[in-house]
Amino acid sequence: MATPILQVDELHKTYGRGATRFDALKGVNFEVREGESLAIVGKSGSGKSTLMHLLALLDRPSAGTVRVAGRDAGTLHGRELNRTRNRTFGFVFQQFFLTPGATVLENVILPLKIAGVGRAERKRRGLAALAQLELDDKARNKSSDLSGGQKQRVIIARALVNNPRVIFADEPTGNLDSATGAVVEDILFELNREQGITLIIVTHDEELAARCDRRIHMRDGLLVEERDELREEVAA
Amino acid sequence: MKTVDVIASAISNTFRSKTRTILTILAIFIGAFTLTITTGLGTGINQYIDETVAEIGADDVMTVTHAPAEDAGDGPQEYTADQVTQQAVGPEGEQSLQPITQADLDEIAAIDGVLSVEPVKQIDADYIQHADGARYRINVGSFVPGMQVQLGAGEQPDATSDALQVAIPVDYVAPLGFDDDAAAIGQEVILGLTDGNGEVQTVTATIVGVSEAGLGGAGASASPNTALTDALYEAQAIGTPAGQADQYGSATVRFDPDSTPEQVEALRASLADAGFESTTLDDTLGTFKTVIDGIVLVLNAFAIIALLAASFGIVNTLFMSVQERTREIGLMKAMGMGSGKVFGLFSSEATYIGLLGSVVGIGVGMLAGTAVGGALSSTLLADLPGLTLIAFDPLSILTIVVLVMGIAFVAGSLPAARAARLNPIDALRYE
Repeated sequence: MATPILQVDELHKTYGRGATRFDALKGVNFEVREGESLAIVGKSGSGKSTLMHLLALLDRPSAGTVRVAGRDAGTLHGRELNRTRNRTFGFVFQQFFLTPGATVLENVILPLKIAGVGRAERKRRGLAALAQLELDDKARNKSSDLSGGQKQRVIIARALVNNPRVIFADEPTGNLDSATGAVVEDILFELNREQGITLIIVTHDEELAARCDRRIHMRDGLLVEERDELREEVAA
Repeated sequence: MKTVDVIASAISNTFRSKTRTILTILAIFIGAFTLTITTGLGTGINQYIDETVAEIGADDVMTVTHAPAEDAGDGPQEYTADQVTQQAVGPEGEQSLQPITQADLDEIAAIDGVLSVEPVKQIDADYIQHADGARYRINVGSFVPGMQVQLGAGEQPDATSDALQVAIPVDYVAPLGFDDDAAAIGQEVILGLTDGNGEVQTVTATIVGVSEAGLGGAGASASPNTALTDALYEAQAIGTPAGQADQYGSATVRFDPDSTPEQVEALRASLADAGFESTTLDDTLGTFKTVIDGIVLVLNAFAIIALLAASFGIVNTLFMSVQERTREIGLMKAMGMGSGKVFGLFSSEATYIGLLGSVVGIGVGMLAGTAVGGALSSTLLADLPGLTLIAFDPLSILTIVVLVMGIAFVAGSLPAARAARLNPIDALRYE
């Protein structure tokens, strides 16, 4: 069997110390296979966001390991860690806003700029990503002039532009009305199906979670169950 | 992120908050403006001194006298029959010294590093006269080859010419009966002096130049060329006791103009060993320049204080920027931007603000300085022809730009370090 793209082992995360000590994660184990879609479901305070931050290498665990394509992320530092994040992950976070004064294209090519891609190549790939989300006619617009749904599609284009292996989505439809939200969901699942990008969605929306291949539920920093009825399908 | 992209992003970020940036630039502008004016003042005055220096003496020449007796002290000096009174250049005033004789000249000429040695022939002229006009009292300066008088018209007296040439002060043009400076050129004047027998001797010379009064003072007396000096000295020596005429107050030593200061120092040491004291042009000018440099330094200090005040503006502006863009910084770091590049982004922004402020400040400073300097030299300072009060040289302008950018960078490093330290998770939670 192929190496899982992400693998976590006895993951602990503790904030604060002494009286204010808070254990956000109390020993989490699971793995994510390349190309699957996974929902991390839980109430607020269950530790699901903390788990996603650790998976995305935005934070370091207090104990336990995260493996990215078999490699212990704890051994990655500085430049190497930044490059891994830049090349492997795309982010569709609610907080990952667009820079208001900049154009849509400028926002989309930010990960490429950070990766050090040349100007012409940036533009070509940025426009391609926007075309994929049917936003190429908006490339020159200020991002602040877009509607909520359009903004979320720009954010998806930005997550896509560097050809990531994994897209993390934190409440991707949280701020959208149900019709627009459905469109954004469709786009994400299409990317997962057609380009084989691993999709990890953090949500408390059971309906959205139901569309994923697999769901893990969290409560008080622990996994409570893992529904893997679709595992055979993915493996096949 | 490539460095060029970091700089480009920093420049475009600079004007995201226009009012704030412009106010910060204005603060730097004031500092840079002041620094430009004060530096320009120093440059202008020193340039003027350098130009008038040439009339005090040449670069590759030193004046040599016998060293004063060791025990001279402050008290009265013992009289010896053959001592001369040497008009010393500088604050010491008049000193009685042993005269320089032909034997001394030979001794000096033999010292290593001396290219040539010439006695300084002191000339006491009585009057100057053109045609049959009135006679005017005049001083005749000692013109060392290589010296340049500040000219209003004509040319420098030619040291190598056999013709008797003289440059007369501009004040003498009208009294001697010439219509203007140009009319005096090529005309003959008679210089009168008293010889050793008490009789008046005259020497006729051709005017080649009209000199202007400068700081050096040479412009206020007639400047003869070597041939004329010799002719005048010869006339003056008629009737003096034998031997007397071959004694001089001082001599000028010529050395290699490419000498390093160490070589000049070595030459002076050898002269001192032989019992001679030497004075170079730098010694004479040192006092002048030290005073002016001191004044300019104090003025510059005020400008630096203004710049320091402005640098706090930069710190403040960038702290606000970092605060406002916390989430954006978090986003960039989450996407894999390194802390070093984040630091670079904000410190480049600060440096760019410094560049803008200094360029605008220097531009306006140069315009204002040129205008004020021009107005002053035609009114208040009209007596000092050739003085550009506020002058600019490219090197000091460049230094100001680099200095201001350096200060801006240092000021920006504090907020930039804060931005670089931001943890992406905390930045994302920031509301």
